[in-house]
Amino acid sequence: MTQWEVVIGIETHAQLATVSKIFSGAATAFGAEPNTQACAVDLALPGVLPVLNKKAVECAIRFGLAIGADVAQKSVFARKNYFYPDLPKGYQISQMDLPVVVGGNITLQVGQGDKAYEKVVRLTRAHLEEDAGKSLHEDFQGKSGIDLNRAGTPLLEIVSEPDMRSSDEAVAYAKSLHALVQWIGICDGNMQEGSFRCDANVSVRPKGQAEFGTRREIKNLNSFRFLKEAIDFEVQWQINEIEEGRRIQQATVLFDPDSGETRMMRSKEDAHDYRYFPDPDLLPLVISREWIARVQSELPELPVQMRERFVREFGLSNYDASALTANSEIAAFFQLTVGAAGKQNAKPCANWIMVDLAARLNKEGKDIAESPVSAAQLAGLIQRIADNTISNNIAKKVFEALWNGEGATADEVIDKQGLKQITDSGAIESLVDEVLAANPANVAEFKAGKEKAFNALVGQVMKAAKGKANPQQVNDLLKQKLAG
Amino acid sequence: MINASLKQLSQALAAKQISSVELSTLFLDRIERLNPTLNAFVTVDREKSLKMAIAADVRIAAGTAGPLTGIPIAQKDIFCAEGWTTTCGSKMLANFVSPYDATVIHKMHAEAGLVSLGKTNMDEFAMGSSNETSFFGPVRNPWDSSRVPGGSSGGSAAAVAARLAPAATGTDTGGSIRQPAALCNLTGLKPTYGVVSRYGMIAFASSLDQAGPMAASAEDCALLLNTMVGFDERDSTSLDRPVEDYTRDLEKPLNGLRIGLPKEFFGEGCDAEVMAAVRAAIAEYEKLGATTVEVSLPNSHLSVPAYYVIAPAEASSNLSRFDGVRYGYRAPEYDNLEQMYEKTRAQGFGAEVKRRIMIGAYVLSHGYYDAYYLQAQRIRRLIADDFVEAFKHCDVIMGPTSPSTAFKLGEKAADPVQMYLSDIYTIAVNLAGLPGMSVPCGFVDGLPVGLQLIGNYFAEGQLLNVAHRYQQATDWHQRWAVVE
Repeated sequence: MTQWEVVIGIETHAQLATVSKIFSGAATAFGAEPNTQACAVDLALPGVLPVLNKKAVECAIRFGLAIGADVAQKSVFARKNYFYPDLPKGYQISQMDLPVVVGGNITLQVGQGDKAYEKVVRLTRAHLEEDAGKSLHEDFQGKSGIDLNRAGTPLLEIVSEPDMRSSDEAVAYAKSLHALVQWIGICDGNMQEGSFRCDANVSVRPKGQAEFGTRREIKNLNSFRFLKEAIDFEVQWQINEIEEGRRIQQATVLFDPDSGETRMMRSKEDAHDYRYFPDPDLLPLVISREWIARVQSELPELPVQMRERFVREFGLSNYDASALTANSEIAAFFQLTVGAAGKQNAKPCANWIMVDLAARLNKEGKDIAESPVSAAQLAGLIQRIADNTISNNIAKKVFEALWNGEGATADEVIDKQGLKQITDSGAIESLVDEVLAANPANVAEFKAGKEKAFNALVGQVMKAAKGKANPQQVNDLLKQKLAG
Repeated sequence: MINASLKQLSQALAAKQISSVELSTLFLDRIERLNPTLNAFVTVDREKSLKMAIAADVRIAAGTAGPLTGIPIAQKDIFCAEGWTTTCGSKMLANFVSPYDATVIHKMHAEAGLVSLGKTNMDEFAMGSSNETSFFGPVRNPWDSSRVPGGSSGGSAAAVAARLAPAATGTDTGGSIRQPAALCNLTGLKPTYGVVSRYGMIAFASSLDQAGPMAASAEDCALLLNTMVGFDERDSTSLDRPVEDYTRDLEKPLNGLRIGLPKEFFGEGCDAEVMAAVRAAIAEYEKLGATTVEVSLPNSHLSVPAYYVIAPAEASSNLSRFDGVRYGYRAPEYDNLEQMYEKTRAQGFGAEVKRRIMIGAYVLSHGYYDAYYLQAQRIRRLIADDFVEAFKHCDVIMGPTSPSTAFKLGEKAADPVQMYLSDIYTIAVNLAGLPGMSVPCGFVDGLPVGLQLIGNYFAEGQLLNVAHRYQQATDWHQRWAVVE
């Protein structure tokens, strides 16, 4: 049986976080009443002209620098001509032959735990363009409505090379890109509002074959789950087609989340001739070295750089450092926590964030930015573990209390709920004595060589101490007494 | 008063010999009486005009008037003017009332205080050389009502020649100011591309379109040009350079002026009597102290073919916005979206516009782009280089504006190529982006002949000086058509 290899390239439209549109002064805010954020330019009234928004260009430069690409000193806006009611000019201003960003790459972590591996995906290009408006086909009794609020919203179209070999890699790429554009502040990443949407070019080929198979493009995937489901379905469909002796025809397809299937939108034969040509209303976009240098100086530390620093500075593993730099919010949270808890506590900080906090957030469907336990609170908690005020087990209780707002700090919770660990050896000794006296059977079993009996005795002591006794001290004292 | 220069009108207004309301009424009355024969205006709005005249009189009384405040002029109906129907000579926009002012209109109304008498007839979307493609019917040449006034600014030319307005605005994409000026015995100037803002001027071919003044004399043109120019941040192709006073150099003597005579302009293809008038004008210049030198524009024979690729290409895209969706004409009956587009554009555009849209779409389409559009752009560069070379040997280039005097209505209407050749001498100037003028220089069988002056980039002031000195020595420009 043929072994199939999947080949995926992704085109992403990231809506740039500018206040105004790419070629007009109208606002870009989401959710306004239809057609209230469309000025004469957006409406394409006769005689109006586009003027490029420098902030949008700056976003493109930031992105280019963040992925190690060439920021073109000269790029050209072109008109993509086609008729559609939500495209007011009858053409979209985009970039064709000379895009603003060329090349670059993104390093991603795919999979988890032992199966995790690193992958570098190369980028082909990124270019600036304007979004179209929206056609509203409901609520108009047989007619369609047009909302031009979105018309002219700046987009960065980011095109990857066909470097991904599974839907997991595709999702990891999309997530990394999604995190990066937010990290560098060029896109709000809101997928429900369409600020970040992906098209996946998918093909399959027999393993070992050099040339690519014929691809089909899945349009407009606006969640990571849909991206994965769509690719998985499409891959299986293509393999079935080929195995049943049919050829794949190049086509554009849509994914239906309800059925989980892709279906053809248009074949290559009905592809438009967009009659691209340089827009004579706009001069070539010239970006000076000085401008690039200024943007570079304003760029935050990038995820890759931060990851390396975490390894170097805090002695974290590569895996931990990657997880903590997966997005800007988790990275910020970790840095605040370490900052407050101290560098020597970096590893427990990482663990608490990646394990306990992550699990709790996950359970409630919350984002780390909305965490009820702040970085400062978590740091306080970790410090109390470090100085033996509480054990790890009690710490989980304190964490839960902080989560539920039962105290402003870990110290307050420990105090109020009397959770301070008992380290006074006299107090522990008397507890141990009590337990030994009350459980002669366990003592006899231990002495007969049953190690398990020891654990039972530890448990009894801890129970008597309401979990607050220092486990190490309990262990030591018990051993001492039993040996004596 | 009817034949007075702008300077004389300005003085009369300043001396309170006449008010702007009286002056405007004088011309509005002439329009009412004579326009039915000439068809020079498509929109006249006495109330609006008089409102502006009243405001101008207030400014004059308050002493805050500029040099042209209160002077009435005619506006080519290609400029959007707030509250005015702005048709561009097309059924497509027959009922379009602009909600905004073009930059040129804003400058003339709000800053200079000029009074608009109305909007002048023109070839549909400025596509034509005879004014016969207007949806509102042809304009008659005041010198012979059986003849065309030239185009596309034919309404403006006829209006000024018949003294329905002291001066007018025009636009020039391939000769649309200069050719009608020549055919109607006017002085017309097309400035360097980028000197006058294109914002609000309905686009025909964006990389070629440029607005300019049409008037009886070079001095009038200079005064009017002063109100039109200046950097506009709403037009990305507008040039940011210091504003100059175009009247400053008018009187400069012409001693030592080197006139370049391109041998390609003095060969075949031009009516012999037109050529004789042009040669006589050049002889007059020699009397004024100028010398002549033969220069060559070896690629000028390619200008018409290159132009009829580039201009339609840009037009085909520029006119896509006229789709019946948001404003303008929409076909009354259609069954679906595609039909709405087809019928709206089939019914809304005239034959010449449709021809150019088809040519433009063709030369931009996949597989033809390189052979036509790119090739034409290469030729365009060669043509511009020819001028650069020629201007190494001369200060100003002269030749005929049009190969013939005004032709009969209908004479060339059936043969587009013959019509296109009317602009054989003017088109290269647009392709190169240079300033050009037409100046009255004689008559053939009672019909005016125009002398074309071509200057180097930003040499408007020099061209006006060269034209003005000639007009000091001759009186061709002061011969008036008899229209009553």
